Amino acid sequence: MEKQVVDGLREVFQSGRSRSLQYRKQQLRALHRLITEHQADIEQSLKQDLNRNLYNTSLFELIGIESDIKLAENDMADWAAPRHVKKNLNSALDDVYIKPEPLGVVLVIGTWNYPWAMILQPLVGAIAAGNAAVVKPSELSEHSARLMKELLPLYLDKEMYQVVTGGIPETQELLKQRFDHIFYTGSSTVGKLVMEAAARHLTPVTLELGGKSPCYIDKNCDIAVACRRITWGKFANCGQTCIAPDYILCEPSIQDRIVQEIQKTVQEFYQEDPKSSPDYCRIINTRHFDRVLALMNDCTIALGGENDRSQCYIAPTVLKDVLPHFKIMQEEIFGPLLPIVTVNGLSEAINLINTREKPLALYLFSSDKTVIKRMLTETTSGGVTVNDVLMHYTVDTLPFGGVGNSGMGRYHGRHTFDQLSHHRSCLIKSFAMESLNDARYPPLTAARLSKAKFFMQHHLCSCNGVCVWAIIATILAIGLLVGLIVVLIQKTPV
Amino acid sequence: MKRQHPEISLHVLVKTLGCAIKKSYFLRKHRCLTMESQKQVLERLRGAFRSGVTRPVQFRLTQLQAMMSLFEDNETQILEAMHKDLAKPKFEAVLSEIELVVNDICCTISNLQTWMQDSYVGTNLATKLDDCFVRREPLGVVLIIGAWNYPLQLVVSPLIGAIAAGNCAILKPSEISQATEKLIAELIPKYLSQECYAVICGGAEETKTLLENRFDHIFYTGSQSVARCILQAAAVHLTPVTLELGGKCPCLIYGRLDMKAAAKRLVWAKFFNAGQSCVAPDYVLCTAETREMLLPFIKEALESFYGSEPEQSPDMGRIVTDRHWNRLVELLKKSEGKVVIGGESVKETKYIAPTVVVDVKESDALMQEEIFGPILPILTIKSLNEGIDFMNEREKPLALYAFSDESQVVATVLERTSSGGFCSNDGIAHMTLPGLPFGGVGASGMGNYHGRWSFETFSHKRGCMLRGWGLERVNVLRYPPYTESNLSWLRWATTAKKKGWASCSVM
Repeated sequence: MEKQVVDGLREVFQSGRSRSLQYRKQQLRALHRLITEHQADIEQSLKQDLNRNLYNTSLFELIGIESDIKLAENDMADWAAPRHVKKNLNSALDDVYIKPEPLGVVLVIGTWNYPWAMILQPLVGAIAAGNAAVVKPSELSEHSARLMKELLPLYLDKEMYQVVTGGIPETQELLKQRFDHIFYTGSSTVGKLVMEAAARHLTPVTLELGGKSPCYIDKNCDIAVACRRITWGKFANCGQTCIAPDYILCEPSIQDRIVQEIQKTVQEFYQEDPKSSPDYCRIINTRHFDRVLALMNDCTIALGGENDRSQCYIAPTVLKDVLPHFKIMQEEIFGPLLPIVTVNGLSEAINLINTREKPLALYLFSSDKTVIKRMLTETTSGGVTVNDVLMHYTVDTLPFGGVGNSGMGRYHGRHTFDQLSHHRSCLIKSFAMESLNDARYPPLTAARLSKAKFFMQHHLCSCNGVCVWAIIATILAIGLLVGLIVVLIQKTPV
Repeated sequence: MKRQHPEISLHVLVKTLGCAIKKSYFLRKHRCLTMESQKQVLERLRGAFRSGVTRPVQFRLTQLQAMMSLFEDNETQILEAMHKDLAKPKFEAVLSEIELVVNDICCTISNLQTWMQDSYVGTNLATKLDDCFVRREPLGVVLIIGAWNYPLQLVVSPLIGAIAAGNCAILKPSEISQATEKLIAELIPKYLSQECYAVICGGAEETKTLLENRFDHIFYTGSQSVARCILQAAAVHLTPVTLELGGKCPCLIYGRLDMKAAAKRLVWAKFFNAGQSCVAPDYVLCTAETREMLLPFIKEALESFYGSEPEQSPDMGRIVTDRHWNRLVELLKKSEGKVVIGGESVKETKYIAPTVVVDVKESDALMQEEIFGPILPILTIKSLNEGIDFMNEREKPLALYAFSDESQVVATVLERTSSGGFCSNDGIAHMTLPGLPFGGVGASGMGNYHGRWSFETFSHKRGCMLRGWGLERVNVLRYPPYTESNLSWLRWATTAKKKGWASCSVM
């Protein structure tokens, strides 16, 4: 079945239907209508999957998708236009540019924590770049998957974009097929399997994975504001965000203050009992509930800890005096547990971060520029936000993606378009100036060789950026202008 | 300009059995490292990288300047090695192995400081007071595996990017081009920092063991079959890869055109390095009339380049090994086409004459694999559409060529096909421009390099956002308890867009 789907899409793709920008914009507009007309249904599906509040859904998923669609519609012509590059003397009269082209049939595998955004944001880029696509929503967010399967064919061209639902067997079957790009969001473990499957067909991949995103709080900062921002980012979606601050690093002297501030903020956000707050989500299922709860073993609970398996509810929880070898520090938490690991200053924090896998995000709270500079220079991560959390995700001019174990490739805004396009180098020559080419033809003579070297070496602009030709052209233009003024003055009747 | 042919392990087995003692002497003498110390090398390089020594721009520039000196001081030895390995004509070696690379080094040295700068990006209403920029960071320790057809260029060109981007690197030159492998193993440690860059020599077995280690990027030039193994090895560690592979690069000749110039350019591109270039035009598609008009000009071009006896010309290359020579001679034998030019071959010197074969059908032996030799099949088509459909039924090639004076023909071919790169009315030339990214698509590869693109390939682009402490009141809009009015404000803020402003998606 999966083979038929992919073969069918490839045939339609090859017919050239998606080449026109008009077609692509039409599809994007249809997708936009899907979201606006069925917002209530989407909100309902997320409530059933994650107990997501309807405002939460807009904030965390729909606004982002709509934004991306509008941006793609507005800027598509720019993105898809040939991009001219520097020439050398040899190619002075030629047309030299990079032409973005569709890849073909793209597979987008989503995940359950932001089931709509993780599928539709890559899909927007795939459509904008002119590809056909198979979309595979996560079976764990089953209501969203079902709704997506129902709605997408009603709005988008069924022959170019298809939804395949199912679990591991269906995904494995899909991965046996040949795609022109696979875009996967999920865990590093499955990421390796996706890449291995892709290897068989030499298919390039984008892997948006995870990891433990560290959050360092410097003692010289506004701790109250820092904690508010961290609390927001950590407990949104019940901690089930790939770029949620996973753990805190701070000096022992401020640990208690941090716990206090977080406590105050939790109270402000979710009131006395987060379980009854409409704004607090649930863990996706009991398997993850059990996994997250087990991480709390051996930890000192400074705040929260309450849980209810029947509802997959875990309270916003802070754990203090956590040591680097504890179980909770060995895997990505992906839940509402916030461990605090104390360190004796920035250097120790940096060392701890660098002994671990490169994270998807890194956070730092400090008012001290040298601290910020050191942290940025001496660590690496997919992305960084300083003095806040999650926010670098919201700026679509920033490429979003991981490095090392946290992933490869990047997307958002124009970056999705670029990631799902092939950048074809084009050199358009004419048959003129064939005599110039003589320099490269055998038989070798010293004269030919030096001529060939000369033409290869020189850019139109010299190496230190001074554009010789531009200067000459400017001088000539000024000269002409002066000449014209002189002529006009002379001609003016007295 | 690259490719390693399949069946490397058979070749290595034979070589290993025959040359075990010679090899170990060679290894000791030329600082090549054995299998057992691969891990030690890697650890040393990782330690160097962690120390931060490769980060300052001055260090990178010093290493690049040292690379420049390597070429300036050793031109004679380089040409000798090329000659030993491939009987590479001096002309070709100078242009494709020295000049091209020196140009790249020059371009990199001139532009490195600019490339390294943080690039600030547009922000939206909500983030106007924040600093948003992309910072390019080194990846760590990278592995560069070269090929034998341009044995120096294919290892050094990526290395320039790796150095420029601040990485440490292990080079694994092709064992098939032995003289160059030896030279690289000798010169790299002499000119570059031995703490940060190392050369590991060996065949398929050594490469397999090397790939069990974890790298931060693998850059491979060679064949599709080996590429699959490399990608699978990379998947174990989630290592990103760049694969510069090959395929059959078609050359469509159609419509009105300057036959003489077309023939010269085609002949130059095809028979450069005796056809052993990954971007050489593999086969020609044209109508019968065009073919009849073209053939005399091809003959004329060949004669003007190599004289009436190409075997005597110092400008005609040779096939790299007996095994490769045998493969090509076999292909020619099996072909059902008609040889109209050349066809001669001499085993002792691994010579194959520049050969043109016509009346070649799709099922012909010459059309089943990348030729990678001085044999040019010409297939006949009746229309442009037939030619385009023919190309589209095949794997996406590394390069695609269209020769025509009619701009509409060129535009149609460009629009309706896909390939790594495209060049109209010439061959190979597009890859000599450092402004253009050079790489494949589909079966011909993934990723790209040359000039700035090499720097980007070996960098991680880290999205950074620096916020201030103010505007906490604005942040209130996003905090629970969620309200309809807060949501409306946020929605408004994100939908109030002008063209050219970045949009904001608020989580």
